[in-house]
Amino acid sequence: MNLDAALKTFIVESREMLVDMENALLTIEQTPDRDESVNAIFRAAHTIKGSAGLFGLDHIVAFTHVVESVLDHVRDGHLEIDDELVVLLLSSGDHLGTLITAIEEGQMSASEALDGVTVPLLAQLRTYVQRAGGPALADASITVSTAVATTREDDARLERIARDGTDPRSHWHISLRFGPNVLRNGMDPLSFIRYLGRLGKIVGIATLPDALPPAAQMDSESCYLGFEIAFSSSASKSTIEGVFEFVRDDARIRIIPPEGRLQEYADLIRELPEQDIRLGEILVHCGSITQHELEEALSIQQNALADAQTAGQADPEVPMLGKILIDQQVVEPQLVDAALEKQKRIIEKKSGDGKAQENKTVRVDADKLDQLINLVGELIIEGATSSLLARQSGNPQLEESTSRLSGLVQQVRDSALQLRMVKIGGTFSRFNRVVHDVARELGKDIVLRLSGEDTELDKTVVERIGDPLTHLVRNSMDHGIEPVERRLALGKPARGTVSLNAYHDSGSIVIEVGDDGGGLRRDKIFAKAVERGLIDPGRVLTDSEVYALIFEPGFSTADTVTNLSGRGVGMDVVKRNITALRGSVDIQSVENVGTTVTVRLPLTLAIINGFQVSVGGSVFVIPLDMVEECVAYSDEGESHYTNLRGEVLPFVRLREIFDLQEPLPSRQNIVVVRHGRQKAGIVVDALNGELQTVIKPLGKVFQRVRAISGSTILGSGDVALILDVPALLQEATEEVPSIPDP
Amino acid sequence: MLHIAGELTIYRAAELKELLLQALGQSSGDLEIDLSGVTEMDVAGLQVLMMAKQAAQALQRNLHLMNHSPSVVEVFEILNVTAFFGDPLVISESPA
Repeated sequence: MNLDAALKTFIVESREMLVDMENALLTIEQTPDRDESVNAIFRAAHTIKGSAGLFGLDHIVAFTHVVESVLDHVRDGHLEIDDELVVLLLSSGDHLGTLITAIEEGQMSASEALDGVTVPLLAQLRTYVQRAGGPALADASITVSTAVATTREDDARLERIARDGTDPRSHWHISLRFGPNVLRNGMDPLSFIRYLGRLGKIVGIATLPDALPPAAQMDSESCYLGFEIAFSSSASKSTIEGVFEFVRDDARIRIIPPEGRLQEYADLIRELPEQDIRLGEILVHCGSITQHELEEALSIQQNALADAQTAGQADPEVPMLGKILIDQQVVEPQLVDAALEKQKRIIEKKSGDGKAQENKTVRVDADKLDQLINLVGELIIEGATSSLLARQSGNPQLEESTSRLSGLVQQVRDSALQLRMVKIGGTFSRFNRVVHDVARELGKDIVLRLSGEDTELDKTVVERIGDPLTHLVRNSMDHGIEPVERRLALGKPARGTVSLNAYHDSGSIVIEVGDDGGGLRRDKIFAKAVERGLIDPGRVLTDSEVYALIFEPGFSTADTVTNLSGRGVGMDVVKRNITALRGSVDIQSVENVGTTVTVRLPLTLAIINGFQVSVGGSVFVIPLDMVEECVAYSDEGESHYTNLRGEVLPFVRLREIFDLQEPLPSRQNIVVVRHGRQKAGIVVDALNGELQTVIKPLGKVFQRVRAISGSTILGSGDVALILDVPALLQEATEEVPSIPDP
Repeated sequence: MLHIAGELTIYRAAELKELLLQALGQSSGDLEIDLSGVTEMDVAGLQVLMMAKQAAQALQRNLHLMNHSPSVVEVFEILNVTAFFGDPLVISESPA
């Protein structure tokens, strides 16, 4: 049960690590401090390997190990990290993700299907290890990679090597004394030893119970055991040390390399708490040294002790620390750094601060949030009803109370909506990978620039904007960015740029997808549209109207169809998706300079502040964020524009649009609304003031109705229609009031 | 005869320690521990067994481990502690 929880943590952490790794890989080419990125990637692989080892996930250990070897060479400077390697490492990261997903689904070991990917990747990774050709290290790592390749044959081969090794001192000797808290910290020495077995062959092992106290004093959760291990492996010292990285602070670990000097064994024997003779026997027993060597070692030590003027048998209680530590070979700074960092993270997680941090966020089901928002919506409607009733009753106390109540309801609404707000950065950063992969596929050099990642928007909007954005980005890369030769000929940098930007603007979130490519060719689009019969050849259109044509179904000006885009499907889908979110899309483009697609979306889909207006007996609601101002207006015939402080302001009459046969009042009003760069007026009879509006979608029957984006229920129980301002603006600014259905 | 079944790990180490010491305290003569039902064992579990073995020896009594389950055998083999307990490793028939 506890293991399950730990495994879940492992899965979550590994995923985070993989994301870090991916980000580091994607940015490595732009980062001046390459070492830092390489270290980050290495750390990710190393940590995953280490944790996987603890869970006995051998196939992951084996795979990450080879990845790690490659990275090791990169870190040492034996290997240059180039584009190809980045791609290989990205694929390796993806594959690790797959393996981890498989584990989440309960598949704890390798399967044939997974091996189908693992094996070719490993083969590719190994060619890098070999290419590195660094002398001793490379040599060792290659053998290690084969050693952990999880096949039986390799194990058998190792065993033979071990048997063949007649000289006991050809083994590594590893001496382990675990600290008392190791078990309590959730680490089992057994896992480390099991894992060690993956790196080579444990020739002999002695478990030392000497430190085990009598029953009464024994704490069943403390670790008392020590281990002496003779180990045959061609792994490098740092690799072997890496096995114990997680317990480095909690254990005394001595690793004596093969052919280690007797002095080292002598020191080891002296340093360890067990009695010398017994320990010596253990060393002989586990096969690290011979009896003869033991005697020599002991005599070396006796001499040393004599020098120290300690008579006779060494007192095991006197630790002679710091005298002749073999640290010159035990400690490798880079590993210590990595270990320290890991340790620090663990400590941070365990410490109070870490915990407080954890408790600050609560994961809530999106469904529950939606439920809450729905209820808040009902609350708003009911609140409006009671305010209305209070006003009608003429009871000032009741009126005051309902007014306070509606203030509170408004706050509840705002914070409820805030709960669903997420930063767009998460969505944006996904595009790093998209751009990287697509650029490779297209053979173009393209970099992605992000800005405005902190801009927040409703989660439901975020979820539905990903696909359209992906399409726009791909489109920019495929059609926008020109081939390198052309870019150079135009005096542009060879590397193309695609940018994503987000910001808030009058109640909307604006997302811009830009590129510094060739821009849209107005004449070409026009010709194509004529060819397709979308427009008359003689028609005069503004630039943005022409560009908008590319959102028509089946429209493509690409000369060649690539597998990314150019088939004419997609842009119309993009437009449809955005329209479905009550958003709009607009294109600006300058030939040979670039194109920017601006997507404008409402911040939230559920509840807005509305401005209530009426024409005769019909009530309409305009999203308040779009309202600029209101001015009185006296009708002057048939014109569709007026003079607003010296500016021409086009307007529409709701009376005309909805064909309302109501008598004209003596005074009318114009509500000035703005959406993006467009500004226009809406002529109404009366202004009824602000209200909170819960947007209720219209039924299917009304789907084709223009200029209405939804409905809402008023406090009186009446239904009011919410005006679709972008559509109205289009109507107002168009010479001929006919727009194709979106 | 004492049966130990399920996890022989740190999560139950304290409980098992009490259990074993109790068993040692109650009975006289040799104590036999049947490990056929052990599904999982870690170093903490091993330590408790070792502690019991030493405690028994201190009382001049014998403690025998019997019917080692595969999980126990694996640990014993990895850590080479069979000799410490001195009991023959016989894999029990019932798979743990």
